This record gives sequence, structure tokens and C-alpha cells, in this order.
Amino acid sequence: MNRLANIALPLAVAVLLLGTWETAVAHWQVPRYVLPAPSAIARAFLDNFVSLMAALAATLMVSLEAFLAATVLGVATAIGFSQSKLLERTLYPYAVILQVTPVVAIAPLILIWVGFEHINLALVIISTIVAFFPILAGATLGLKSADFNLIDLTRLYGASRAQVLWRIRLPTALPYLLSGMKTAGGLALIGAVVAEFVAGSGTATGLAWRIVESGNRLEIATMFAALGLLAATGVAIFAALSLLEWALLRRWHESAISSQS
Amino acid sequence: MTLLSLSQVGKRFASTQKEGGTRALGSLSFQIAPGEFVSLLGPSGCGKSTALRLAAGLLEPDAGEIAYPGGKPEIGFVFQEPTLMPWADALTNARLPLDLKHVPRAEANDRAGQALARAGLDGFEHAYPRELSGGMKMRVSLARALVARPKLLLLDEPFAALDEITRHALGDDLLRLWREDGLTVLFVTHSAAESSYLSQRVLVMTPRPGRVAADIALATGRDTRLSPPTIQAQRAISEALSTAMAA
Repeated sequence: MNRLANIALPLAVAVLLLGTWETAVAHWQVPRYVLPAPSAIARAFLDNFVSLMAALAATLMVSLEAFLAATVLGVATAIGFSQSKLLERTLYPYAVILQVTPVVAIAPLILIWVGFEHINLALVIISTIVAFFPILAGATLGLKSADFNLIDLTRLYGASRAQVLWRIRLPTALPYLLSGMKTAGGLALIGAVVAEFVAGSGTATGLAWRIVESGNRLEIATMFAALGLLAATGVAIFAALSLLEWALLRRWHESAISSQS
Repeated sequence: MTLLSLSQVGKRFASTQKEGGTRALGSLSFQIAPGEFVSLLGPSGCGKSTALRLAAGLLEPDAGEIAYPGGKPEIGFVFQEPTLMPWADALTNARLPLDLKHVPRAEANDRAGQALARAGLDGFEHAYPRELSGGMKMRVSLARALVARPKLLLLDEPFAALDEITRHALGDDLLRLWREDGLTVLFVTHSAAESSYLSQRVLVMTPRPGRVAADIALATGRDTRLSPPTIQAQRAISEALSTAMAA
């Protein structure tokens, strides 16, 4: 009943909203270049299916590469921080600076440095910068959250730092890391889109570019279709990471265990 | 014969409130012979947990000496909380000391399984900590402490968070394991009743900074918690504790 409602209620809202939209556009005869009806958007989606999918693939590829790079770099940096307080105190401020500086402001610089001939690499770097911080923050907090007594216990048996890291600190950090990864997944997509916008015409081939291009041509229906695709991709990334989280934590972590059990 | 000897051990902890830190232990001295079951009894904050950590080598004393005349033995440690790895099942938790010592996996599994069975958890090898009750989690913790076959078992108020019935069952099991393995046990507690039944000797500590106020050897014949010698011992311990508190 509860699960049915979880699906049925948002769906009902969607049907209601789209129905109203369709009717209103037809009733007031709103021009297509201002607000196309949902049916027109669907038609634009189908007409441009192949090119939209190619654009989606390009954006998704950049996002995934950036997400993986951010995860590897974030975890590696967090491990470095957990092993050396000095390293953390020295470098953490720079991680924060990187985080608080708007990426649109850094993007042009990176594009110039990397060069437009390596546009994909530039896009990945920009997107990685956006996705990096939540991973670093989550992993750093997680690695610090290990039970002191448990670590004392490993010392009793002469455990090495590597053993403590592998057997105690990393598993403790996993829920925090996964939470950071869920945020970072969405951010990687946002970063890829922002990077494409900044890169501009002629170079980028992703969904953001399709949105800009459709806007320039007043193909608002295609613009909406690309936008919808982007939103769906963001949701899919979040869902995939939630599934990963559930799979890894369901046996032991409170967050993944329903209160009924 | 002495297994463990503390002589005039002192320990301070850094404190933000007090200059020079807090003195947890004043001048703590006692000795434990191999095979003894000794309780360290005192009020909260008297430094008994600190004494246990010092004995285990997890802390360094500021003053005095901690010695193992016969060489430092293999030590098992049980905390007040079960202190298990929530991401690992009971077997993996019990196996941790062996994994850290690079014991081959098959042998480690074997020994961890046996340790769990001896701690009364046969059949729960693959249960996760969250699936176990408080008492069962403590049994996993006990199995983990025993799996490396320690000579000395240090327990830091292990049953304090359990209900009385579970506490009694675990106490009886601890006694059985002590007898079977010829262990030496140092048992930190704040319960006179618990110490009067379980131990052969009770060291009563003063409030902070802790030192030994009374060293009470208990009579035999304490076969149950309600045997007259047990009750008598409990009274003697309680009186010694009151005196130590007033001093």
C-alpha cells in the first residue's frame, strides 16, 4: 500500500500537470516558440531521438569519467589526510577554496590551459572539480569516525597502519563515502553541463550544447526534450547510486535497514 | 610467581579545565599471580579503566612501572561496549585478532568458530551484530578476546550495560572459561556483588586519583551468588568500598 502510494502519487501529479499544460496551451493557442505542449515535446523527442541520444552519451561519458576521477582522487586524498594530520591541515583549506569558487568562473581558465583540441579532457576536469568535494568531505569524516576502542584493540594485536586502514577505517567510512558519492553523482552531471555551456559552440557535443543550439533556433520543444532527458539522467544517476548504497549497506547499516525489521 | 606487577603507577590526562591535567591514577600498586581471577573495584572515574589500559600497553604511565616478570603474555581485552565491527558477521568479528596476525583463513575460521561455540554462540557465526542481542554481542566480544588463546584476560566492566539475568549467565560462562583455560583474569567492575561471586581477590580502589585501598582475598565456598560465603564476601567488599570512599 505504502509503496504503491510512493509511485502512484507522484505519477498522478505528473498526469494532472501534463494534462493541464496540454489543455492550457491548446486553449490559449500559445505559440510553439514560447511554450510547446507536452505532445509537441514528445514529438520533438522522437524526431531527434538519435541525435539526442548521441548528445546524452557524450554528456554521460564526461559525467561518469569525472565521477570516477573525483571518487578516486577524493578517497586517495582523504586517506592521505587520515594518515597525516599535517597533510590535512596544509591542504584542506585549498580543497575548500576549490569548492567555494564557482566553477563557471574557473572553467574558461581550464579550457584555455587544456586547450580546445582536448575539449573532452577539459570538460572532465571541470566536472571533476565540482564532484570532488563531497567525496573528500564524506570520506574524510568517515575515516575519522572509526571506533577508538576498536582501533585500540587492533593495536593490542600489533596491527600495522595499513591493517587498521583496511580493516577498520575504510569499512567505517563506507556509509559516509556513499553519501558523498550520491551528492557527487548529481554534481558531476551539473559540472559536465556547465562545462559544455562554457565551452560553447562548435566544440561540445553534449546535451547542454543541444539546449543552447535549440534555444538559438527557437526550437523550444527540442530544448524541453533535452532538458527532460537531462533531468531523467540526473535521477537515474541518483537511483543507481542509491541502489549501490543499499546493496553495500543493507546487512549492517542503520540507514539501509527499514524500521519495521 | 607474578604475572603482572604495577608499582606506584601514576597517570595524568590533559584537561582543558584544569591546569596540569587530571590525575587519573595516584600511585597504584598491585600484583597478580598466574591463574588468578582478580577484580578491580571502585567508583566511577577512579581510574580503573585507565589501569586496565596501562596493563594492556594501550597507554604509557607517567610514573612508576608496569612489569610482566615472565615476559608480556598474549592479552585478550573486552570493553564495556561490545565494540564489534558492524559490517562483519560474528565469525569475522571473532576472527579479527587472527586476521591481524596473518593466521591462514581456514585455520582462523576454525578457531573463531570454536571460540564462538565456547562463548555460547554456536550457530550464530553468520549473524551480524545488529541481529544479535546485547548479551550475544558481548559473547562475540568475549570469543574475540579468547580466539588468540590469551594468558591474560582484561575485562573493562563488560557486563555493565546488560540486564541482570544476562549478566549472571555471562558471569557463569566467564568463570567456566577461566577454569577451562587456566586464564588469568583482571576484571574491572563497580559491582560488589559481581566481584564477590566471580573473583578470588578484590582490589578496592579509592576515588580519583585512584590507588588500592584494600586487597581482599575471598574465602572459598562461594559456589552460588547466594551462598553464605558469597554474601559475606560481598558485605566485606562493600564495607571496604565505603571506607575507601570516605578516605
